[in-house]
Formats: sequence, structure tokens, C-alpha cells
Amino acid sequence: MDLYEYQGRELFERHGLPVLAGGVATTPEEARAIAERLGGRVVVKAQVKVGGRGKAGGVKLAETPDEAVARSTDILGMDIKGHTVNKVMITVTADIAEEYYFSYLLDRANRTFLCIASVAGGMDIEQVAAETPERVAKVAIDANVGVDEARAREIVEAAGFPTELTEQIVPIAVRLWQAFVAEDATLVEVNPLARTVDGKVLCLDAKVSLDENAGFRHPDHEALVDQAAVDPLEQRAKEKDLNYVKLDGEVGIIGNGAGLVMSTLDVVAYAGEPHGVKPANFLDIGGGASAAVMANGLEIVLSDPSVRSVFVNVFGGITACDEVANGIIQALALLAERGEAVEKPLVVRLDGNNAEAGRAILDGAANPLVQRVDTMDGAAQRAAELAAAGV
Amino acid sequence: MAIWLTKGSKVVVQGMTGSEGMKHTRRMLAAGTNVVGGVNPRKAGQKVAFEGVNDRIELPVFANVAEAMAATGADVTVIFVPPQFTRGAVVEAIDAGIPLAVVITEGVPVHDTAAFWAYNLAQGERTRIVGPNCPGIASPGASNAGIIPADITGAGRIGLVSKSGTLTYQMMYELRDIGFSTCVGIGGDPIIGTTHIDALAAFQADPETDAIVMIGEIGGDAEERAAEFIKANVTKPVVGYIAGFTAPPGKTMGHAGAIISGSAGTADAKKAALEAVGVKVGKTPSETARLMRELMSGN
Repeated sequence: MDLYEYQGRELFERHGLPVLAGGVATTPEEARAIAERLGGRVVVKAQVKVGGRGKAGGVKLAETPDEAVARSTDILGMDIKGHTVNKVMITVTADIAEEYYFSYLLDRANRTFLCIASVAGGMDIEQVAAETPERVAKVAIDANVGVDEARAREIVEAAGFPTELTEQIVPIAVRLWQAFVAEDATLVEVNPLARTVDGKVLCLDAKVSLDENAGFRHPDHEALVDQAAVDPLEQRAKEKDLNYVKLDGEVGIIGNGAGLVMSTLDVVAYAGEPHGVKPANFLDIGGGASAAVMANGLEIVLSDPSVRSVFVNVFGGITACDEVANGIIQALALLAERGEAVEKPLVVRLDGNNAEAGRAILDGAANPLVQRVDTMDGAAQRAAELAAAGV
Repeated sequence: MAIWLTKGSKVVVQGMTGSEGMKHTRRMLAAGTNVVGGVNPRKAGQKVAFEGVNDRIELPVFANVAEAMAATGADVTVIFVPPQFTRGAVVEAIDAGIPLAVVITEGVPVHDTAAFWAYNLAQGERTRIVGPNCPGIASPGASNAGIIPADITGAGRIGLVSKSGTLTYQMMYELRDIGFSTCVGIGGDPIIGTTHIDALAAFQADPETDAIVMIGEIGGDAEERAAEFIKANVTKPVVGYIAGFTAPPGKTMGHAGAIISGSAGTADAKKAALEAVGVKVGKTPSETARLMRELMSGN
């Protein structure tokens, strides 16, 4: 889960990192209150999880609370690269003399954590690393050793930060590591880490990603989810413990296992290309899925108004195909009972554990909406054709 | 022969007394795996009966992996404990010096995986860790450590390594008439104990494996690095499949590691890297199976 900048700033503040005083507002009046509390000149920043907001006009200075209201009015509701601005962060300003870069992140390739530090901050670090690799220090961090003061000094030296700033940057490096571990983050990035004209080092931006698998250790992280930005279908799926991602096509997809479902999206996309249709969603009902889970999944996918056909693709490993078949029949009956007219055709492919029993159940039920196809490629083809015909 | 898991492997199950552990221990026993006991410190000294497997099999429960190894000669552990206990379970297995630990558990925090992996390195990497979030290893006809269904395919001469569970089963099914030496599910997490490269190296060295299927998916650059490894070290034919060509950037697709970050981790980049070193990459699982079939029949 990626945090908004204001959430990152608050998280940094909680962990004792030097940040600019500020707050977050959803209305111009809230922005006024914050600007009055802070006093003096403030900066109003659009809160979106996408880069380039400065160029898009989403970052503005305000000299007075009235100006903060005016700038917030401009920015709230603005569209930045397809993201609507629902919140603005207001902070005091800083006179920046120099910008640096500092982050900790997960290094998948080396199966460890990595510190990246550079005297070249305020820009895209990947670009800096590509163009001037000598200006970027990359230091591997042992997960069981971490970053203590001595390690932090090594990092500061490797990065070539001005020596007069060492005593300020070392504790930042240590506390940022502590925050990274304590919050189960996969990324904490400060860009820029800035030196002000009066010689103070401050974290001026905060980019934080948290590991959702660690949610059981962090009940407070749930509150960081921006409910307004969550797709309502994704929200409903989550409440039912289903792994669902909304996409923008017409063929609903249900399968078991993340890899198989990703593969199903691809196969449907290829089959749909000549027909102008695409997958409508990713839905993994997981291993050992029961009839009830299948019913829940089908209900979610069918309630997506853009879905015109559904492809159920199951390879029964632990999941038994007869359970899946029963789930499909039960789900259709359940929806009919509720008076929800199901008119969208279903294409089902079952292989593996108890596949023959599952196929027999579907054939026996003889539901006119359900079509059985024996191969994944053939079924994808059929589902794409049906979606195209349903336009 | 097979890689890592053979007829002679003696398997203990950490978390055997839980519901998932019981279910899959029964399945492993039914598949002919030599399961010699379970581990649960709160139930040490008890016995667990599995009715209906060879009439009835009774397995002892040990307090920890080291005791289980001392009593039974176990050399493989399969771990089914919940995510919050996984780090401790793996560290216990590493401390015992067991040669192979298969971590089935899904949803392990990546800081925990990073910690037990670093610990394993610090102990001299005596333990091969497979997973977490994986279906395990199956050497058809010999042994089965994990949750891969045993009846999809018989023994043969193809080696399979995959990030995905169900795609593993799908591929085993498509090529069931040829059969497999060993199928390794390495898991879809951002940090895993055994990589494509580890499996490729083992299959290359295994005299009973003639060809290799490698299944990858979006996220990270493991497939790209595997391609470099194949170029330098693998002479056996390799066929590849990558899932997630149409996955949108920035969205996690089921597996914690399956995410395109910026322009990194795309299926197109992985396919290109593999094809550049002579690996044939199928567009769909069926096409991938057909490519392997052609290779095996010498076409």
C-alpha cells in the first residue's frame, strides 16, 4: 500500500524525523484553519499518488490564510493524470539551499534491504543513477543487523554528504531505518532531503509503501486506506476475502491461483483483440475454494455493469471441480431468488481434481446461461465472442 | 533421481496438527511421501493417527525440528504454520541444520522473510529454503513435499520451475503423457529462498532431466537474471512462459510480488530477455506445452 505524502509526513513525524509543520485539508475552510495555525507563508500541495503534480499546477505558495483558501479552492477537485485531488497538504515553507536524496527499500534481486543515498536530490533517482552513477551510493543493509549509528556514518560518508551535516544526517538515517522496520515498510523515500539556508536538514517529501502482509502487526494501518479512492467492487470483494482487481474491459474473469488468473487475463486479451473486448477484472478465488466462495465471486463479477460475459477458469489442484460447479449453480439460483435477473452468459472450463464430476454437474443443471468448453484457449475465445455479441 | 526431493527423503511437517497441516500431511502420505513426524512444542510426545492411509498411519509429534531430526533422520521439513509464526518456524529449521525447508505459508511479511533469509546466509546456508507462498516440490512417483496434487502426472524427464501454483498444475497436466522429474513451485513473494536460477542449475546437473519448463510472472527481474544464467550455464533445452502481459502497472495481481513498478517487471521485458538467449516462450500455457512437446519429440 502506497501512502499519500501527508500520511508519510505524519508517519515521519511520529518517528522523530525532522519535517515541516503542517496538516491536511479536504475543504478550503480547513485549509484556512491550518494556514492560520501555522502562520506566515505556506505551501499548498495536491495529494495524489502520481508524480508531476508541480507541473500540473498542483503545488502553490500562499502568503496569507486568504490565499491558502484561494489556492486550495483551485487545487481541490483538480484532475492530475486521471487522479482527482480530494485533499491538500498545507505546510510552512523552507528556504532550500541544497537538495539530497535518501531512501531504504526492499531489494528483491539481492533478497535484502538497500539504502540509496545521493547528493543529487529533488529529481528522479533512477535517472540520476543512470546518468551519474558516481553520485549515487547504494549500501546493502542486513535485515538482522540494521542501521545503527556506525552504519549510518558509513552511509553518510559513502554518499558524500557535506561533512558539516554529518551530525544531522546520521540520526535521520537511523530513525528512518527504525521507521522502515517498525512500520513494516517496503519503501521509505525522502526526496528531497534538504539543507535550508540556515543550515538545517529537513525531510521535505515522504514516499512510503507499507507491506499489506504485515497488517496483522499493524491494526492502525487499515485507517491509512483511502476509502474514497477504493473501487466499490474491490471494497466488497475485500470484505468477502476475495482477491479482486477491477480492470476496464467486458469479460469477467474468475479463476483459482494468481498465476492462472493472470494467464487467463492474457489469453482473454488475445482472444478479445479482434472483437474489441478485454478482461473486466482479476479475481482469484484461491486454493481449496468452496461452493460458497465461488458464489461470492460470481456475485461480485456479475454486479459489474461493464461485464458482458464471464469466464470461469479453474484447474482443480486442491480445489475440487465438483465444488466449483455446485458453487456456480448455487450462485445463479441465489441471484435468481433475490430477483436479480442474470442474463450474462458464463463460459466454464474445468480441469484437474474431480473435473469429470464437475462437468457432469454443469451438464445436468442444463442452465441455458452456462456453456462448458474443455480447453482454456477455446473457452477464452468463446467468452470473448459472447462479450462482443452482447455489445 | 530428481532434484532436492527423492524417494529416500524423510519429511517432517511443522504445523502438522493444524487443519491445513493435517489435510496435507494425509495427502502427502497418500502420495507415497515418507512423512516421519510432525513438530508442535505444545503437543510434543503425542501421536497423530491418519486413518485410511495404508489402513492407518500413526506419526509422532516432536517439540522442535532438531528433536525430530535426531529421532527420525528427517532431512526435509514442510512448514504450514500461520504467517505470524513462520519466521520463528523457519529459524528453528535453520538452527536444526535441516537440508531442505519448504515454506507453504502465504501472507508472510517481507521483513520476516528478509530476516530468515539473512539468518540462513549467516549460518552458512546449510538449509535450502523453498518459498514462502509456494505449493512445494513434487518428484512424481518418488515424493511430494507440499500441496502439489500427486495424481496429475507421473514420472518423466521434464523439470519444471514456477512462481505460480495453479500454472504449475496446468503445465503438469498438459504434459502428463511425457512426465516430470521434479516440479518446483518457488512462490510469488518478493523475496524467496529458491530462485529460478537455483532450480535451473539443479536441473542442468540432474542426469534424469532432459528439458526444463520455466514459468514466470510480472514483477522483479528474476526472469531476466535467469535468462543470463541460461546463456552462460544451461545446455539443456528450456521452454518458458510468462503470465501477466495484460496486467496494469502499479496493481498487485494476487501474489505479493506480482506488480509492475514503473516500467520495471513487465512480461514483455521478461519474454524478450528469455528469447534473446534462445528460450522459446509460449504465448499461452497450451502453446508452451506444445513447444515442449516438439522439443521432446525432436522436431
